[in-house]
Amino acid sequence: MNAEQILFILFGAVSLVGAVAVISFRHPIYSALSLVVTFFAQAGLFLLLGAHFVAAVQVIVYAGAIMVLFLFVIMLLNLGTLSVKGAIGGKLKGFAIILGILLAIEGIYIATNVLNDTAIASAQPATASPETTTYHIGELLFSKYLLPFEVTSLILLAALIGVIVLVKRSPND
Amino acid sequence: MENSQLLVLILSSIVKVLFIAHLLIIGVMAMIWSERRVSGWMQDRLGPNRVGFQGILQPIADGIKFLFKEDLIPDHVDKPLYVLAPAMVLIPAMVTIAVVPFGSSITVLGHEIPLQIADINIGVLYILAITSLGVYGVVLGAWASNNKYSLLGGLRSSAQMISYELTLGLAIIGVLMLTSSLHLRAIAEAQGAYPWHWNFLIHFPAFLAFVTAMFAETNRLPFDLAEAEQELVAGYHTEYSSMKFAMFFMAEYMHMIVGSAVTVTLFLGGWHFFGLENIGGPVWSGIISFGIFFVKTAIFLFVFIWVRWTLPRFRYDQLMNFGWKFLLPITLTSIAVTGTLWITTGSRLVVGIGNAVAGFIVASIVAGLLAMDAPKPAMQDSDNQLTPTALDAIE
Repeated sequence: MNAEQILFILFGAVSLVGAVAVISFRHPIYSALSLVVTFFAQAGLFLLLGAHFVAAVQVIVYAGAIMVLFLFVIMLLNLGTLSVKGAIGGKLKGFAIILGILLAIEGIYIATNVLNDTAIASAQPATASPETTTYHIGELLFSKYLLPFEVTSLILLAALIGVIVLVKRSPND
Repeated sequence: MENSQLLVLILSSIVKVLFIAHLLIIGVMAMIWSERRVSGWMQDRLGPNRVGFQGILQPIADGIKFLFKEDLIPDHVDKPLYVLAPAMVLIPAMVTIAVVPFGSSITVLGHEIPLQIADINIGVLYILAITSLGVYGVVLGAWASNNKYSLLGGLRSSAQMISYELTLGLAIIGVLMLTSSLHLRAIAEAQGAYPWHWNFLIHFPAFLAFVTAMFAETNRLPFDLAEAEQELVAGYHTEYSSMKFAMFFMAEYMHMIVGSAVTVTLFLGGWHFFGLENIGGPVWSGIISFGIFFVKTAIFLFVFIWVRWTLPRFRYDQLMNFGWKFLLPITLTSIAVTGTLWITTGSRLVVGIGNAVAGFIVASIVAGLLAMDAPKPAMQDSDNQLTPTALDAIE
C-alpha cells in the first residue's frame, strides 16, 4: 500500500463520516460544519487526482462561500435543535423509505458488480500534469465548452438580476 | 542520489517550517509591542516602557499573564464549538504563510534550497481558499458564546468578510493575467528588481483595492465593526478569557503579518530591491533577499498601525456601500482594462497608465453616485440599512 492509497482511504473515510454526521446531528450548525468537513475531504480527493484547480475551487466556493452563507442564515434565523418528528413529519416518511431502499440497492449493485470490473480497476487516471491543469481548464472553457460556459453565466446573471429586483422592491408596492 | 535529494527536501522543509512558525510568533509579539508604543507615540504619551529595555519584554509579560489566568468556560456556551473557535481563527491565519516565498534561494552543501515552504502551482488560489476559511472561527466563536453582543459582532464580521473577499480575489486577477502563473514565486520573480516594474504601479487601483480589502479581512480599524468597543463590548470574543482570548488576539496580528507578506509578494516586488538581492555568493544573496523581504513586510506592518490611529471607524452601511459599490466596480474595471490593453498592446507601461486613468474615472463616477444617494444624517431611510437587519436577528 503506497502513500497515495493511504491518503485515498483517509480522505474517503473522512468524507463518509462527515456526510453521515450531516444527517445525524440534531443541531443545524453542527450539520453545516460536518458538511464543511466533507467538502474538505473531497478537496483532498481532487488533489490526489492531480486536479489542483478543482480542489482549490472546491474549498473557495463550497467551504469558503456557500457554507459561510449557510451558517449565516442558520444564525440569523436562530434555529434551535430539530426534532426528527417535527422536521420530517409523517408525509415524507414513506417517500424517504422508498428512496433509501432504492439507494441501498444501487449501492449493493455498484459494490458487487462494478468494483470487480477489471477494466475499471486497471484504468489509469487521466495524466494531466498538475502544472497545467488551470491552463487546460481555461482553454477548454473558452473553446470546447464555450456554449455551456456562456449559458451558465447567463443563468447566473439572471439569478443575480432576480435577486436585485426582489431586494430592491420598495415596501410600498 | 534520489534518496539524498529526498532527505535534503525533508530536512530543509522541517527547518523552514520551524523557522517561519517561530518567526511568526515572535513577529506577533513584536507587533503587539510596536503597536502599543507607536500608538503611544502618535497620541503623545509613553505606552508600556517598564518591562525590559523600552518595554520590549511587555508581550512576554502579557503572555505569562494570559497563561496563568483561569481558563473560564461560561455555563451558557456551546462547549465544543466554544473551545474549537479560537483554534479555527488562528490556524488559517498561520498556514497561509506556507506558500509565500520569503527570499530567493540559499545553496547549502551543493543543494539549492528555495526560501519558501511549498511552491504549489495553485499558490494564489490556496491563499484565497485559506483566507475564506478565517471567517469560520469568528462566526462559530460568536455563535457558541451565546451572547447577543458576540452574535452581533460575528454577524457583522461574516458579512464584512464575505463582501471584501470578493474584492480581494478580483484585485489579484490583473496580476495573474500579466504573469500568467499562479505560482507566488513566479509572480515575485516576474516583477524584477526595479520599483517601477513592480505590480503596484501597473495595477495601481487594484493594489489600493487589495490593500483596503485586506484591512477589512483582518478586522482592523477602520473596519473593526465586529469588535466595536463602544457598541458591542468586545464583539465576537466578549466571552473569551485567558489563552483562548490570546489566540483571537494573536490571530489578528498574524493575519496582519501574513497579509503584509502576501501584499509584498504580489504587488511590491517580493524580495527584489534594485538588484541588491544578487550581491554576494549563493548563501549571502539568499540571506540578503530574505532581509529585503523582511524589511518590506515590516514597513507595510507599520502602515497597518499608522492607519489604525489615523482613520475613524466606518458606519455599517458605509462599510457595505464602500465594499460593494466602490471597491468592486474599481476592481472589475481594472480587470477589463488590464485584459484589453495587455492583449492589444502587450506593453506594461500602457497597461499601467490605462489602469490608473480608468481607475480614476470610475472612482470619481462611483463616488459621485454614492454621494448623491447617500442617506441623510438622520438615517430616515432605515429600510435600506443593513444594521437593523442584523439587529432583527437576535430578537
